[in-house]
Amino acid sequence: MLASFVTDPNFRAVLYIISFSLFIYGLSGLTGPKTAVRGNRLAALGMAIAVIATFLYDEVNNIPLIVAGVVVGTVIGVPAAKMVKMTAMPQMVALFNGVGGGAVALIAWVEFRESGGYAHVPTYVAIFSLFSAIVGSVSFWGSNIAFAKLQELIDGRPRTLGPLQIPVNAGLILAAVGLAAAIVAGSHNELLIILLLIAAALFGNLLVLPIGGADMPVVISLLNAFTGLAAAAAGVALDNTALIVAGMLVGCSGTILTQQMAQAMNRSIGSIIAGGFGGGGGSAAASADTSGGTVRATSAADAAIQMAYARQVIVVPGYGMAVSQAQHAVREMTKLLEEKGVTVKFAIHPVAGRMPGHMNVLLAEADVPYDQLKEMDEINGEFGRTDVSLVIGANDVTNPDARNKPDSPIYGMPILNVDESQSIIVLKRSMSAGYAGIDNPLFTNPKTSMLFGDAKQSVENIIEELKAL
Amino acid sequence: MEVSNLVSNLAILVLAGFVGYAVISKVPNTLHTPLMSGTNAIHGIVVLGGIVLLVLGAAEGFVNHLLLFIAVVFGTINVIGGFLVTDRMLEMFKTKPKDQAEAGDNA
Repeated sequence: MLASFVTDPNFRAVLYIISFSLFIYGLSGLTGPKTAVRGNRLAALGMAIAVIATFLYDEVNNIPLIVAGVVVGTVIGVPAAKMVKMTAMPQMVALFNGVGGGAVALIAWVEFRESGGYAHVPTYVAIFSLFSAIVGSVSFWGSNIAFAKLQELIDGRPRTLGPLQIPVNAGLILAAVGLAAAIVAGSHNELLIILLLIAAALFGNLLVLPIGGADMPVVISLLNAFTGLAAAAAGVALDNTALIVAGMLVGCSGTILTQQMAQAMNRSIGSIIAGGFGGGGGSAAASADTSGGTVRATSAADAAIQMAYARQVIVVPGYGMAVSQAQHAVREMTKLLEEKGVTVKFAIHPVAGRMPGHMNVLLAEADVPYDQLKEMDEINGEFGRTDVSLVIGANDVTNPDARNKPDSPIYGMPILNVDESQSIIVLKRSMSAGYAGIDNPLFTNPKTSMLFGDAKQSVENIIEELKAL
Repeated sequence: MEVSNLVSNLAILVLAGFVGYAVISKVPNTLHTPLMSGTNAIHGIVVLGGIVLLVLGAAEGFVNHLLLFIAVVFGTINVIGGFLVTDRMLEMFKTKPKDQAEAGDNA
């Protein structure tokens, strides 16, 4: 009696409704830092309910295989999530996103096999399933490339096929869609779906390889949206409402996030995909001669004195701070400055780092109070009243060319107006160009002094000097 | 019957899209990384697709089992890893009580 109740399809459907309600409610919790932890856990609870519901059938097969899969996945996933450093978070998200896309593509492949090439199912099932196969495969391979680039397993600089890039990409996508059309039209040869997955895989690789580091957050967000849409399509093909709702939520949120980020960089998603900043190599090279201006190097002692006697210091963190794990040292330095009566604020550019909000996560890890972190619009008016701006490993987001130089590849991107402050100290490893590969006249500004070296080491040196003052 | 099933699923699809839009537009910049990571975990729900095909015994044979096994492993990594990483990130945004933070410094 009980068994027949819990295995009733309607009971399962109700559990799915509870589960996706928890996803929606949990995601709304992410709108504030106080409710966010609970929101995430509610979403996880929703996931657990959905997984349990999926076992509630009259006849349950292959339990050992499923359990083995879940155990292996847990054994890989838990340590990876527990041990990853906060600075390596973007590539971890890329990797988790990739495996999700891979799972969708594999499921679609099996659906093809078990239905004899969609011979016994309605046409729409074939269409949605093939869509999820293509998008899942693109997402899997694209995310893996993004991971490899961010982990510096491969060179982060844009790599393109030059003028062939767009025709080759278009050709691959047309090939994948053409193969899908052939399958829907009634070809049941398994080779077709294998070729389709390969074409999508190549497209995924070529999509992300040309993208430079600064655009990476946009791409990870886009791939995240892709996996979501693929999951939603798989949900329609499998007639599973939990998959449809969850996938679509992610697809939509990822699309919005991608758009917001692209807007923050004043670029269209299309132009980002068409090729990174490196694509504009001509104008980047042309502007290189302006870097002939003199660069003033400074010492940690000078930097410490300058800041200790300032009224207000604004810290502008960037990817360099993440790379050298300097956030704890930065926190200690700001504490010392505050003890000396200096007002310290943090200016966070929406695309600083390799992920939106990347800097906030790092600084929160180092216990920097939430209200000291200022978003771009909030802080930009304050640079004029600021004695010292301390730029820690940020580059392109402070580049005045974005405001002043119409032929610059980043012209029009909103920047932090660091150059308006009385003086600027830039912590940087060397004079090399930023990820965008373009020069930054801020560094040759007479008000700017450069402190070369690893960001963490430099900040620690400043701390020593501050203590000695 | 099949068609009406498709239409109701499409209705759910469209409505979910609008809900996603409404919920996400309210998230502040600061929380974008956890948001991305959290939604990333949610699309790990594809693991259900792998599980349901195995549970129903719809796809038998070595190759099908192997592919679905990998799909379940991938999906599980996505779900578990995604939620744990998001949880770790969000814990950092919690305002810690003063004394606890001091104790942490001394440790």
